[in-house]
Amino acid sequence: MAIFHRTLTVLAALAGLAMGSLALSGAALAEVGMATPWQMGFQKSASPIMTQITDFHTYVTIIITVIALFVLGLMIYVMARFNEKRNPTPSRTSHNTALEVAWTVIPIFILVAIAIPSFRLLFAQYDFPKADITITATGNQWYWSYEYPDEGVKFDSIMVPEANLKEGQPRLLTVDHEVVVPVNKNVIVGLKSNDVIHDWAMPSFGVKLDAVPGRLQQTWFRAEREGIYYGQCSELCGRNHAFMPIAVRVVSQDEYDAWLAEHKSAAIDADGKVASAQQ
Amino acid sequence: MANSAQAEAAHHDDHPTFFRRWFFSTNHKDIGTMYLILAMVAGVVGGLLSMGMRAELMDPGMQIFGNPEMFNAFVTAHGLIMVFFMVMPSTMGGFGNWMVPLMIGAPDMAFPRMNNISFWLLVMAFSLLVLSLFMPGAPGSTGVSAGWTIYAPLSTKGIPGIAMDFAILALHLAGASSILGAINFITTIFNMRAPGMTLHKMPLFVWAVLVTAFLLLLSLPVLAGAITMLLTDRNFGTAFFDSAHGGDPVLWQHLFWFFGHPEVYILIVPGFGIVSQIVATFSKKPIFGYLGMAYAMVAIGVIGFVVWAHHMYAAGLDVNTQAYFVFATMVIAVPTGIKIFSWIATMWGGSLSFKTPMLWALGFIFLFTVGGVTGVVLSNAGVDRSMHDTYYVVAHFHYTMSIGAVFSIFAGWYYWAPKMWGYMYSEALGKLHFWLMFIGANLTFFPQHFLGLAGMPRRYADYPDAYAGWNMVSSIGAYIGFAGLLVFLFSIVYMFAKKQKAAANPWGVGATTLEWTVSSPPPFHTFETLPRIK
Repeated sequence: MAIFHRTLTVLAALAGLAMGSLALSGAALAEVGMATPWQMGFQKSASPIMTQITDFHTYVTIIITVIALFVLGLMIYVMARFNEKRNPTPSRTSHNTALEVAWTVIPIFILVAIAIPSFRLLFAQYDFPKADITITATGNQWYWSYEYPDEGVKFDSIMVPEANLKEGQPRLLTVDHEVVVPVNKNVIVGLKSNDVIHDWAMPSFGVKLDAVPGRLQQTWFRAEREGIYYGQCSELCGRNHAFMPIAVRVVSQDEYDAWLAEHKSAAIDADGKVASAQQ
Repeated sequence: MANSAQAEAAHHDDHPTFFRRWFFSTNHKDIGTMYLILAMVAGVVGGLLSMGMRAELMDPGMQIFGNPEMFNAFVTAHGLIMVFFMVMPSTMGGFGNWMVPLMIGAPDMAFPRMNNISFWLLVMAFSLLVLSLFMPGAPGSTGVSAGWTIYAPLSTKGIPGIAMDFAILALHLAGASSILGAINFITTIFNMRAPGMTLHKMPLFVWAVLVTAFLLLLSLPVLAGAITMLLTDRNFGTAFFDSAHGGDPVLWQHLFWFFGHPEVYILIVPGFGIVSQIVATFSKKPIFGYLGMAYAMVAIGVIGFVVWAHHMYAAGLDVNTQAYFVFATMVIAVPTGIKIFSWIATMWGGSLSFKTPMLWALGFIFLFTVGGVTGVVLSNAGVDRSMHDTYYVVAHFHYTMSIGAVFSIFAGWYYWAPKMWGYMYSEALGKLHFWLMFIGANLTFFPQHFLGLAGMPRRYADYPDAYAGWNMVSSIGAYIGFAGLLVFLFSIVYMFAKKQKAAANPWGVGATTLEWTVSSPPPFHTFETLPRIK
């Protein structure tokens, strides 16, 4: 299982090498959490939950591939061995109790073998750790706004249009103000919406949860490596559904503290936006 | 004198004038024909919509659609049209009406006039839906752009224009059409089987229609209630789905998917029945494990009512709720597996001939398995966390629908066309159609698994550049599939031009059901004297 996963990962990495180095040209050697051209599997995991998701997925994919190939093999055999030229006289067999019991019971065993790690994964996702950082993400048509309620930091995060992209910044993923969190810390993300249902998704962290108006619901992640990670809104929310990305920059504790200090002390304009030095 | 008056009336019944025949029909064969024509027209419209989408998605950037809202209007219309106006009218309205009375030895459906109203309600529904594309929808746009799932509050506050109300009314009419049709099928199948045909002797296609009819009867009223609540939230001041006034958007999702999940079994179960008839015929063997096959369909139907929230794993459901739905959803894999293995066991020891209907059935068995196993993956909420609303889901349902349901419809077409029209289709054209669709559909949808895993969200008019490669492949596949559709349409014209007469039973010893005992095409009225079944 792990070998299969590693092989897939290596292939994906090889395939993405050229594109990956282009993307990295902007930010030294930091990781970039986004898809690479011709990618066939999950994005590289940057959190323990995503690692567990990836491993479980590899496991289930092997099982279903074996099943599909088994069915294909039976069909090819049947077509070759029992076509009317090779078997002009059909049998009349229409029952075989042992066979019928087997193909009822064996799938049940396979499903149990899938269900056990499946429930382990599901309950792990909902085993909320003690929060080191709490942020809220509010969906709007069509951008995300973030708040660090314990720190008094608030800002909007709007997609940078193609015309304004700098060298190396990915199209449709780059935002003007990224979410910044420290590495290896438990981050609880509260989700709200000001209008319709949106969805905050971060493939590298294995996180996805709807932002429903009238509700505050929570998810969490712990990012294991520094870098910039991208996600996209994942619930149809109108015209610019494809144009309200999510960007999380994972930094060292020191860099985070510095970022926090700068944003707390920076001027907050009437809209609650940070007057950013980045502009 | 009474006799000659009766004979006069009967004579008029047998030869209705054009207007009476096609607008006031009470004939299951004619109504079936009209449904098939509607399905073909809708299929072309739905297919053109998908060509527009794939043309846009072929390259990153926005090339064809000026407004991404219009792209989403295409997404929505494509889904609604294919589900309600192509698949359901083909399998139930078309093949169901044509073949169920013939297969059970009945002279017609239980309610022949209500049968006609079901058809014409659907024509009105389709018209309203197509019209909605041209009505104001979201600000600055036309059409409904909320996806076929029309989640609130996007469908309440987000699309203020009357396009949404047109679509809601279209769904009301389509739902009514199907509910009446379901009543008709259930009554017919329970009460009008020929003497000697017990429930356990009737063909599996009839079982499939019976199960589907119950699914329709029980799920559509919930859709009707839900869309009425949507209509009143939009127009009459209610707040069912408006949290600011005490409602909950997630309530819409529960109501919609309580209908929506049985709906997907409504779309596929008749196809199971068609495949069973065809596999038995072209293996020259009875179906293996008949009772298992019949009750597997019943089990799939019943369990299908208690798994709906697997569509809602990312909505914010409690973890224990998600865990229950994971368990219940996985259970459906068992009866489905029984069917796949039973079809293979039917062919085992048989004497297979690979005419066009059988090719479609064989393609169905393998490719529906592929679609089904990705469903098993998705049923696990833990991994669905990463797959929800991505192209992995799009790949899954297109394998089961665009390949599964559609292949079963084409299988039924080629199998029953000689019976319905009295002409043989061209084997060469049929096979060409099959291979183009087989290659095209696989090329379109297999790479979408990769796109989903890599993180590409669905209902996106434009995507980050990294997704360009597989999107290009997918679009090329779509064009090949569309070429297959054009071959199909040509093959129909060719068949009616060539007029190669078909025998009552063109398929040989394997075709053992009652429709093969009447002529091709059958007379206007069949089984006016009931057959006796031993």
